[in-house]
Amino acid sequence: MQQVTSVMPETDAEGYLRRREDWSRELAETMAAADDIVLTDAHWEVIEFLQDYYTQYEIAPAIRILTKQIGKRFGKEKGNSRYLYELFPRGPAKQACRYAGLPKPTGCV
Amino acid sequence: MKSYPIIPLIAESQTSESLGYPGELVDDWQSKAIARLGELVRNNRALAVFMDTCTRCGACADKCHYGIGTGDPNNMPVARQELLRSVWRRHFTFFGRYLPWLVGARDLDRDMLDTWYRYFHQCSECRRCAVFCPKGIDTSEITMAGREVLASVGLGQHYSQTIVEKAARLGNNLGMKRPAIANTLDSLEEDLADELDEAEWGGPVRLPLDDASADVLVVVPSADFFAEPHVDGLLGLAKVLHVAGVRWTLSSEASEAANFALFAGNVEHERRQAQRLVDAARALGTTRLVVGECGHAWRVAGTRLAALVGAHRLASVTANAGAEHVCELTHELWQAGRIRLDASRNAGKVVTYHDSCNVARGARMGSSADGAFTLPRDLLTASVDRFVEMPRGSTHRETFCCGGGGGMLSDDQMQVRVQGVLPRARALATVVSTEQVTHLASICAICKTQLSTVLPMAAVDTSLEDIEIISLHTLIGNALLPPMASTE
Repeated sequence: MQQVTSVMPETDAEGYLRRREDWSRELAETMAAADDIVLTDAHWEVIEFLQDYYTQYEIAPAIRILTKQIGKRFGKEKGNSRYLYELFPRGPAKQACRYAGLPKPTGCV
Repeated sequence: MKSYPIIPLIAESQTSESLGYPGELVDDWQSKAIARLGELVRNNRALAVFMDTCTRCGACADKCHYGIGTGDPNNMPVARQELLRSVWRRHFTFFGRYLPWLVGARDLDRDMLDTWYRYFHQCSECRRCAVFCPKGIDTSEITMAGREVLASVGLGQHYSQTIVEKAARLGNNLGMKRPAIANTLDSLEEDLADELDEAEWGGPVRLPLDDASADVLVVVPSADFFAEPHVDGLLGLAKVLHVAGVRWTLSSEASEAANFALFAGNVEHERRQAQRLVDAARALGTTRLVVGECGHAWRVAGTRLAALVGAHRLASVTANAGAEHVCELTHELWQAGRIRLDASRNAGKVVTYHDSCNVARGARMGSSADGAFTLPRDLLTASVDRFVEMPRGSTHRETFCCGGGGGMLSDDQMQVRVQGVLPRARALATVVSTEQVTHLASICAICKTQLSTVLPMAAVDTSLEDIEIISLHTLIGNALLPPMASTE
């Protein structure tokens, strides 16, 4: 992470963007690269869905809604948490939200 | 994962300030902290007694799950308590002021302040040590006060303060506004409609929100709208209430059961959050207030609600003169024959039950002294073919905390969570190996998240990776017979 901090906009202590307007596709790719992940179309389907949902509801969707909607939009074989965990091994809600420039869902979750 | 010992993240300035605390450590923190400690001891009789009564007998020394898991001597409850007590003696007792070396009184220097921050956040306020203390000293009173003192000088803990602030501003820990809750419930109703045959089940199973025609206000932890395996428990409950014909509703104003302000030691915010429940009940005109599967709700709602909001106000919205636990309601419906359970519908599951600390030691349930243990077990044994108890000393009043309670359930505290789960993991591994347990049932959102996340990481037994954590009301919902079905 050290070599990219100079171009990173401000984040909280856990690496989530403080301001959504600082987000860019390049930034998401940089964040993912730091976790040894190359963002593919499959990743972008999830990231863009999260962003659209957040724009409408001001929070990330429940995991169940995420899996259901990804399945509906992009094919049944993608509508399960195993698929999402393969894309985002640290958890679709937390890791994908971070790449999407959204705040971390915090609570008893 | 950071290695032990860890220092939990400190709350962001903005969060602390919006809760009325300084945004960062104040310059005169020493005098401010001592003054705040003095206030808290003066205003809390239990705390005042606990400053004096410890005899160092050692009965608590090996009882804390964090103590067992970390092996750190400061995680012996007596040692954790002594961090606060020794400073209190230094400033508030005669001998401590003039002969501190004689009575083990210590100064509140920067090193002590940091030690407080670290070890008051390796306590989940679970009260297991208090069960074994011959004097009944409750470490949670001490660490909650310690957390409040720390927050009052600008050292609030990130996870708890974030939650308390969000619940105060938006009504729930996750920060879900009404449109998000409504959209989630619509989606879940759709799932229920796909799963259940309407003709068989007597119409669609609903998840009503802000329904002013309801009699019963149900308040669940917001995790039940959001996380797995929590959501299934909410669906199970919806099925139960549907079959029993209960007119119930959720509320977008009281959209969080858990009251984290208690665990952060912030009585004012604890009161405000408790008030939301009563206000929502009044606005909707409900006459029963039922709290869902949430230990951090029930410790407050089951015992402290009347003191927080006023007994007369609570009585004005609850025909039974107080909040009720969802297990009390479901048990009542089952006893009255309004729901019927068929354990064979959960065939193949071998289930054990994790008593959540805040239910086991924080509150009561039902009308008998041991209702908090018998009611959930009655429902469980009616819903599954095989129920197995974990070993003695790890259940009922002596249950181990899951390791994630009371403000410990954050990623930055993961190392302590993994060590804190050890006693529960070992007890579970015993019955997995002797009884082939497949499921662990729980009635607390934090236990469900912590155990499903951390059990696979605990270096105990690889068999724990396959254990499914499940809500009690998921099992009840599975076992539930449709309204018209015959039991033959």
